[in-house]
Amino acid sequence: ARALTPQTAETDAIRFLVGTQSLRYDNQIHIIDFDDENNIINKNVLLHQVGEIWHISTSPADKGVLATCYNKTSDSKVMTCAAVWRMPKELESGSHESPDDSSSNTQTLELLCHLDNTAHGNMACVMWEPMGDGKKIISLADNNILLWDLQESSAKAVLSSSTALEGKGQLKFTSGRWSPHHNCTQIATANDTTVRGWDTRSMRQIYCIENAHGQLVRDLDFNPNKQYYLASCGDDCKVKFWDTRNVTEPVKTLEEHSHWVWNVRYNHSHDQLILTGSSDSRVILSNMVSISSEPFGHMVDDDELSDQEDQHQEEK
Amino acid sequence: QVRSECPLGQLLAREATLGREIRALDSDMQTLLYENYNKFISATDTIRKMKVDFRRMEAEMDDLAANMAAISTSSARVSAALQDRHRRGAQLAGVQALLRKLQSLVEVPGRLRRWAAPGAEPVRALRCHARARAVLRHYRHLPSFRAIEDESHAIMAELAQRLRARLRDDTLDPKELTECVEMLLQLEEPPEELCEEFLSHAGARLEAELAALEAELPPADPSGAAATPLPASDILDFVDRGSSAFVGNLCLLAASYRSLFEGRPGAGDGCLEAFAATLTTRYFELLERRLALERGLGDTSLLVRALDRFHRRLRALLELLPAAGAEAGAALVARAARERVDRYLRALQTFFLGCLGDVRQALAAPRPPGKEGPGLPDLLATLASSVLGQLKAVLAYVQLFTAKDVAFANLPYFKGEFCVEAVREGLVVAFVRWLCRTARGFADGPAERGAPTAPPALLLLLARLCLDYEATTISYILTLTDEQFPPQDTGPVVTPGPALCAEARGAAQRLLDHYVQVQGAAVAQMLRKSVETRDWLGTVEPRNVRAVMKRVVEDITAIDVQVGQLFEEGVRRAQSSDSSRRAFSVYSSSRAPGRYAPSYTPSAPMDTHLLSNIQKLFSERIDIFSPVEFNKVSVLTGIIKISLKTLLECVRLRTLGRFGLQQVQVDGHYLQLYLWRFAADERVVQGLLDEVAASAAHRCLDPVPMEHSVVELICERG
Repeated sequence: ARALTPQTAETDAIRFLVGTQSLRYDNQIHIIDFDDENNIINKNVLLHQVGEIWHISTSPADKGVLATCYNKTSDSKVMTCAAVWRMPKELESGSHESPDDSSSNTQTLELLCHLDNTAHGNMACVMWEPMGDGKKIISLADNNILLWDLQESSAKAVLSSSTALEGKGQLKFTSGRWSPHHNCTQIATANDTTVRGWDTRSMRQIYCIENAHGQLVRDLDFNPNKQYYLASCGDDCKVKFWDTRNVTEPVKTLEEHSHWVWNVRYNHSHDQLILTGSSDSRVILSNMVSISSEPFGHMVDDDELSDQEDQHQEEK
Repeated sequence: QVRSECPLGQLLAREATLGREIRALDSDMQTLLYENYNKFISATDTIRKMKVDFRRMEAEMDDLAANMAAISTSSARVSAALQDRHRRGAQLAGVQALLRKLQSLVEVPGRLRRWAAPGAEPVRALRCHARARAVLRHYRHLPSFRAIEDESHAIMAELAQRLRARLRDDTLDPKELTECVEMLLQLEEPPEELCEEFLSHAGARLEAELAALEAELPPADPSGAAATPLPASDILDFVDRGSSAFVGNLCLLAASYRSLFEGRPGAGDGCLEAFAATLTTRYFELLERRLALERGLGDTSLLVRALDRFHRRLRALLELLPAAGAEAGAALVARAARERVDRYLRALQTFFLGCLGDVRQALAAPRPPGKEGPGLPDLLATLASSVLGQLKAVLAYVQLFTAKDVAFANLPYFKGEFCVEAVREGLVVAFVRWLCRTARGFADGPAERGAPTAPPALLLLLARLCLDYEATTISYILTLTDEQFPPQDTGPVVTPGPALCAEARGAAQRLLDHYVQVQGAAVAQMLRKSVETRDWLGTVEPRNVRAVMKRVVEDITAIDVQVGQLFEEGVRRAQSSDSSRRAFSVYSSSRAPGRYAPSYTPSAPMDTHLLSNIQKLFSERIDIFSPVEFNKVSVLTGIIKISLKTLLECVRLRTLGRFGLQQVQVDGHYLQLYLWRFAADERVVQGLLDEVAASAAHRCLDPVPMEHSVVELICERG
């Protein structure tokens, strides 16, 4: 599985959604509940029959709504599409008893709407407006940024604006993040070695970090507390932190991994904690107090958090 | 006795001789008697004649006495008569002497005037005045003398005035000046004032000399120092002139000052020292500026000679004036030397950069077909030897500063600190450090932000260079330096050789790692593009190995050749002779096709697949971007690992059709066929390629692998 996301709208429980990738069987979405008091992991399974899931994201407003990017294979053609789904009501807040035989009572997702991408190419990812009411989403399709409005309680997606990245060669967005700052008017995207910032109102580029990484940029994340801070990771095994007001030099660079770094995420409340996943089979949690919003942090037990290395085979 | 012993004959003979002797004696006595008698008779005759003579003489004596008395009385009379006259004569002579003196006194003003007149001999006037002064002062209560004194005073005042005027005259040479002041001092002018005058006048002269020196310097131009033309005269000339004119005069001045004002109140050494100090400071400033002009590397021996001369002259001056800035002078020399060393360091650096530039050019130059350009070993040898040669030359130049015949080489600074701090640390160590840093810079800096990157071959070359430095060159250089500049025991702490070696090794490691990463990334990029742009689902049945794979093998072979030129082979893990023939198959005995069937059922236990994966995690984890060793095999293994891992990751992102899988199979086998021999451990290659094949099968919609024999056939044909 390559797709994992927290259930953003859920504030009480710790719950993740994981999408599977299988070419020959029906794909599923697993809802994983983590009970940190009892240290128990629970899971529920939803069927996602349209194809293998490459990206998944949840609505910030409605616990039951999620979006996926999935591969649709039809006679020697692979197309990545995106759709918005609703999970069954009883699973929204997680089931409390583990089903005895999950294969018998797997439930199906209810399709709310497709994000029609026939004109735009393969969907790389779908982002929800972080603080919004779950009505606005942005998807990246090849070299296009598409802003959708969900209407009629998400039953209909209307393309409200879009822009395309022009340039020589085949440009393709690999990932993007919607900034929670500036009234949610900024997003950042990655294509090849470049990181770009966009204003969602005008759909204009506002900054551009050329050659942010030596090779492909794989993922981005915004610091949840410092509005100009951005983390990026890529195939050069590095994790870099940027101040988007000064894009010539990274604020800090980490070189902990020994292969491509696929994902980078800030902890939502303690922004000195950075989690990175890499194809060197390691997940590294870094404690970056010096560039956090609390440089003289006192809330975190340092011993516990200093570079815990966790052997973890991510994508199997 | 005779009688008893001697025979009778002898006795008789003896008696006869005795008798003869007795007779002879008798006759002698008789003759004597006669003679004496005759003499007695003649004596009595003589006495009788004398009696008569004496009576006559007595009368004559009486006469004489009477005459003498008469004479004495008359002479007394005469002398009494003359006494009076004589006294008067003496008086007259005294008066005359006095009058002559008065005469000369009266003449003093005239003479003074004559001698004190402009152009005459003021020295004589002074001597005259000095003679007359005491008398005049003594008799000043007499009006006439008073007048004379006043007049002579006036004249002398005038003379003093003129002398002072002359003193202020600029054209006076130091000797005249000294004379002048000496005379003024004799005129009892106040010494403080004179001292001041003297110094200011001398100061003006020296200032003028300094100004002349300064005129040779281009105007101080803080902004564009580079634009100033080179001064007409060289440094030696300048220092020569400066020392002969300025320092010489200053010495002269100090000496004359000493002789003039020694022991006079109010003209202590303080003034002179302060005066000299300010002047020397200015001189130093000028010299410093001049030295600053010696920007180029010119002739060091010239500079050393100039500094030496300066130092010698300065020492002469210092003997006279201990406070005239001994430290400042020494510091100036030291600074100049230090400056020169720094400049050499910079020159070395530019030289090295130039060499690097040449190497880059040689690397980048298009090779005419058929004609092989200079090989990497040649380039390396040229680079290393030229840099080392340059370093040696620089050391030889710098050694001039500590040569035995150079005066300032004996300064404690040049003996200790200069050797250790300036040359060893400041030049040699700094250069090696800088070299390492520069080399590292190629690895660390430019690759990141899109700046022009160094060609990989250069990285390799530098890595080898650093390694060589670590192995031999650094210790050689340090030994050489320590020999030429023996360090003091108590000197400051020196950087030990091993630390430098470690630095060089670090740089070499970093460069080589970077080389591996750059080359690996290049190959990986090629593979990634080839995987990403291909339509794996709709591809046709493979007939050939894809061109990109051939390209990869070609590139890696080229890298192998490149690395082989500079690095040793390295150890390879023992391998079986038929390794290249090893069956490469997705579904080799250990991996049955069914094992790829995923099981998503929550109830399913951890299957063997997962178990084997976990096992694999611990057994053969491959560090992809890990440090490499300094040998060919290790470097190549690193590059291959990076490339294959990329291939693996890329394949896992795609969805393949049946023929896509088969193509991957073919490509993998091809790579295996040709790459195993480059890697240190062929199992690494094997393992990665197995994983590629497994992943491809996993990502395949219709995993039907190709017959192994067909795969082999295609690869052999390709």
